[in-house]
Amino acid sequence: MKPPDFTYHAPETLEQALSLLASLDNARLLAGGQSLMPMLTMRFAFPDHVIDLNRVAGLAGITQTGDTLRIGAMTRQRDLLDHPFVQQKIPLLAQALALIGHRQTRNRGTIGGSLCHLDPAAELVSVMTALGATIEIAGPNGPRDVAMADFPLGYMTPSLAPDELVTAVHLPVPPPGHGASFLEFSRRHGDFAIVSAAVMLTRHSSGHLADAVITLGGVGPVPLRLAKAEALLAGQTPTPDLFTQAACLAREIDAMEDAQIPAWYRRRLAESLTRRALTAAHQSLPGAA
Amino acid sequence: MNALPPAKGQVIGHSVTRLEDGPLVRGQGRFAADVNFPRQIFMRVVRAQIAHGHLIAINTEAARALPGVIAVWTHADVASIPPIPFRATRLQGLEPYCQPILAAGRVRYAGEPVAVVFAENPYLAEDAADLVLAEIEELPVLLDARLPPAEFAPGTSTEPAIVRKQFGDVDAAFATAFDVVALDLSVGRHSGVPLECRGAIARYDAAHDVLELHGTAKKQHWNRDEIARLLGLRPHGVHLFEGHVGGGFGVRGELYPEDLLVCLAALRLGRPVKWIEDRREHMVATNHSREQHHSLRAAIDAQGRLLAIDAVFHHDQGAYVRTHGARVADLTAAMLPGPYRLHAYRVAGHFRLTNKTPAATYRAPGRFESTFVRERLMDAIAARIGVDPIELRRRNLLASADMPHARQLDALGTDVVLDSGDYAGLLDKSLARFGWDALQAELRARRAAGELVGAGIGFFVEKSGLGPSDGVRISVDRTGAVELVSGAASVGQGVETVLAQICAETLTVDYRAIRVVRGRTDRIEFGNGAHASRVTVMSGSATHLAALEIRAMALATAAPLLQAQPDELTLARGHVVRIAAPETDLMSLAEVAAHMGPGSPLMIGRTPGLTAERWFYSDHMTYPYGVHLAVVRIDRGTGEIRVERYLVANDIGRAVNPMLVEGQIAGGVAQGLGGALFEEFRYDEAGQPLSTTFADYLIPTLAEMPALDVLVAEDAPSPLNPLGVKGAGEGGINGVGAAIASAVDDALRKPGAITTLPILPRQVHAMLPR
Amino acid sequence: MTEPQTRHITLRVNGQAREITTPVRKTLADALRTDLGLTGTHLGCETGLCGACTILVDGRAMRACLMLAVQAEGHAITTIEGLAPSPSELHPLQQAFCRHHALQCGFCTPGLLTTLVEFLHDVPNPSEAEIREAISGNLCRCTGYDTIVAATLEAAAMLRPQP
Repeated sequence: MKPPDFTYHAPETLEQALSLLASLDNARLLAGGQSLMPMLTMRFAFPDHVIDLNRVAGLAGITQTGDTLRIGAMTRQRDLLDHPFVQQKIPLLAQALALIGHRQTRNRGTIGGSLCHLDPAAELVSVMTALGATIEIAGPNGPRDVAMADFPLGYMTPSLAPDELVTAVHLPVPPPGHGASFLEFSRRHGDFAIVSAAVMLTRHSSGHLADAVITLGGVGPVPLRLAKAEALLAGQTPTPDLFTQAACLAREIDAMEDAQIPAWYRRRLAESLTRRALTAAHQSLPGAA
Repeated sequence: MNALPPAKGQVIGHSVTRLEDGPLVRGQGRFAADVNFPRQIFMRVVRAQIAHGHLIAINTEAARALPGVIAVWTHADVASIPPIPFRATRLQGLEPYCQPILAAGRVRYAGEPVAVVFAENPYLAEDAADLVLAEIEELPVLLDARLPPAEFAPGTSTEPAIVRKQFGDVDAAFATAFDVVALDLSVGRHSGVPLECRGAIARYDAAHDVLELHGTAKKQHWNRDEIARLLGLRPHGVHLFEGHVGGGFGVRGELYPEDLLVCLAALRLGRPVKWIEDRREHMVATNHSREQHHSLRAAIDAQGRLLAIDAVFHHDQGAYVRTHGARVADLTAAMLPGPYRLHAYRVAGHFRLTNKTPAATYRAPGRFESTFVRERLMDAIAARIGVDPIELRRRNLLASADMPHARQLDALGTDVVLDSGDYAGLLDKSLARFGWDALQAELRARRAAGELVGAGIGFFVEKSGLGPSDGVRISVDRTGAVELVSGAASVGQGVETVLAQICAETLTVDYRAIRVVRGRTDRIEFGNGAHASRVTVMSGSATHLAALEIRAMALATAAPLLQAQPDELTLARGHVVRIAAPETDLMSLAEVAAHMGPGSPLMIGRTPGLTAERWFYSDHMTYPYGVHLAVVRIDRGTGEIRVERYLVANDIGRAVNPMLVEGQIAGGVAQGLGGALFEEFRYDEAGQPLSTTFADYLIPTLAEMPALDVLVAEDAPSPLNPLGVKGAGEGGINGVGAAIASAVDDALRKPGAITTLPILPRQVHAMLPR
Repeated sequence: MTEPQTRHITLRVNGQAREITTPVRKTLADALRTDLGLTGTHLGCETGLCGACTILVDGRAMRACLMLAVQAEGHAITTIEGLAPSPSELHPLQQAFCRHHALQCGFCTPGLLTTLVEFLHDVPNPSEAEIREAISGNLCRCTGYDTIVAATLEAAAMLRPQP
């Protein structure tokens, strides 16, 4: 389990990285390496060139401008998790980040790396979808932005040309006083989730729910918004029955099936996790009982 | 037999810290991959990607052409080497099923070695191995041992043997039974999977005409003899060395094809040859275990007492018979009756080959499986006649007065004679310690509040201390340093500490000053290694005997120098003292040893040296026993099973080091939970292995462990050895499958719901009421 | 096939400046073990799933099998060999592991100790639950883990400044 041979490049500027990416055939970008390195040691990937982004200036870092958080693509998952603003203002993200792998992988793994790897069960993929993030991409023709909802083109296939790379993620900061819960089911702690549910709720002063966002990870090739349930919840008075009803709609989703996990079981997990995440998100609303 | 030393001595019976730990916590261990020799080259194994097929051709040209590649071998290059033999079986006729060191004409499992590449470094070796192309014509695969046997080779079937054992009149018992309870049960394929993969480093030392093999474990002397025989060498010219071993659990230290290949290559290529197994290889190359399917019936009377058990099982051996022969099937058949009174028993174990990785022993082989099966049966009987499962077990347990109890069965070639035990007493202690009665009330309350919670039990009988012999040589040099050379091996369990404690007890020296040598064929002529929970029993007893002899020699030598009779003297603080004045040190062991040198006038006509070698022999095994109790909670939404509380009570006769015993038990529980809930080697319908990484083969992490309590009991010392000890290595894992299944049934309120291990969340979820 | 690419790198390992020339595809774990002779960093899976090879890179716990040696250029690495303050003394975590029988075969131990060094630096007064979370990425096949938790709690107390 040793990596196959390749040529290694360590650009120091974004321009150098883009120019290498444009000129080299069969090149892979190396970010935190938590996915690419195992693919190399297992010899699932045979790149001729590896372009290491770890020395590129300016790709890491978190900046807050108004109601937007800009997260550099090479920001380590651990640094985002530790960021006071994330801890205080974006609890959904903090909860999801804490569930990514383990301490040692979060110390090295990056935000951009996980999003570009685009495993359908990855916490970051699901939570960035739920938060309505925007992906900032650089390429030979300059920067462009893509909504996270449009970023996955299919199973583990990001909307990225071979000569492009992700430079940052922009997060709209959720309104103060919202409720959030990120829950997942995995066989063991730290494993990739089989199914995850990300829920955000906002409430009118009347007590009715204003808005609900429900994103399911791991059920399909890309994160799935449970739009019917979101519609059902909007404007309603939150009750356990309502959450049960909304969660029931997860039974209708089109779920993946594999040798270990049949589709029916994914749907059941989605239903249970949705109900629990709704309940937990509601309880996290300020002043909730 | 010498009298038992006191239950708790100066050193024995104390939870002292380990001799082994210093280098290990500093990162100074010497595991297989840490062994390096100048000019070494690296071996990489090319493995079959197809589960069953004719090997038509192997193209090695591209690999040979790669710069840095030294050689590439296929079966044709090693055809003169016989297949890997087995060491332990009474069954005849298994020889045709032994594994060749490189596939000969036919591949029988995905992962079977078909070629080997030797190169200057491991990266290059892997590059070259990728270039070796094996052309294989696929044959139908056999992946279920319950299916009718097929042809293994012309004239031989995939059922090499049926293990049969019987006592009493089974048919008569069934004819007169009050009722008959029948069950079909399965245990999944899983195994030891130590954190360190295997490794083998061979070098030929021409200066001394010795072939050395490093990275070995468990069974050095037998492996040495077989390597010498298979390679046509004299056993004195082959030596095996054990460094640190990153976990054994049954699978490590068996003789595998790679061990012979590195030896042969070191001889032929004239350079040290290093092979380090990687994790993906480990999952398809190192012994699997456990997979069995049982159909059994019990004849019972109106009170639920067992009259007879009639059992049939199918043992999925995988593609070849390895070093253990049919040992696991044999042990399953022999140990199935467990702790219960049984008048008649018949078992037929169908030992069958399939197109999967070969199987052999894993910690508590044949017992994890048979305890699961037997205890499921006891729960089923309790449900059938409507009594409490604990009460049902009480009605059936053998009593202390029945001991020793001859089972009229044999296991591993010895008669099963349960040597000692107070089964009901330990059951009472366990239930009291766990708070069983209060727990039942608590569970009722939680169920009423909507939770799915339950408690379960597994009662087990282990076996340990397999003979036939082990020797220990103790020497004290003129500086007073004590060295203990044993034929035992260490797989990380603390052998050095335990043997040092036993030695220190008699010599009254600091156990930390004793150097323990193990796992080396160049230091002692015979040895039986470390397996079957035998080291403390066998090597521990030999240590005790050798230390007593050193003591006697020291006192006899000192007596004339001190103008005393030997029986007026004793040892204290590592010195000879008068019994009458024990506080005054008269002569240190160092001084005694100095008087015993070859030039000493005292030694005229005697063999010099304060050195003694003693052997301990045993015809019978000792039988530890115990109880596992579990509380589980099922998550209604996901089917996930959380083990909340767990207790293991294990009577091991005497605990030399209680802390180490508890460590053995706790580690066993973790592995048992793996087999009960997480771990499984899965295959697709073409025989392709699906569990080849730690992302697919799920070893429990800290987060999956329950609150664990361990009760080490010493109620029934073994009468079979001078220390009264029984092995402690396997009781922690033995009953886990049984107890968890029982608890999940209870949580589901569905007796008999669980019939298969591992118990998967989706299966449990499907059983939940909607 | 062309000659494999190599690079000359400088790094600090356990407080000392070191230089090696390494093939670019070599993992940091392999370079530490073979080029620098630091075999205490163990390889249990080479896919980042067992935690045995955990080292500290600039003080942070990471899987050495998931980094290339060339990526260590200019960084400070601490391996298990760098934990003990001297040949005659042990780090409090090492002491506590011995006292609590928190290791058996010792193969996973270096990765646990390095992970815990970082963890106790970040969380000097951890709860049992926090410890369980912190080392859930380290597989141990021998101990059943409980003694590791106990050892960590004791080491944390030893490491905390005394009032």
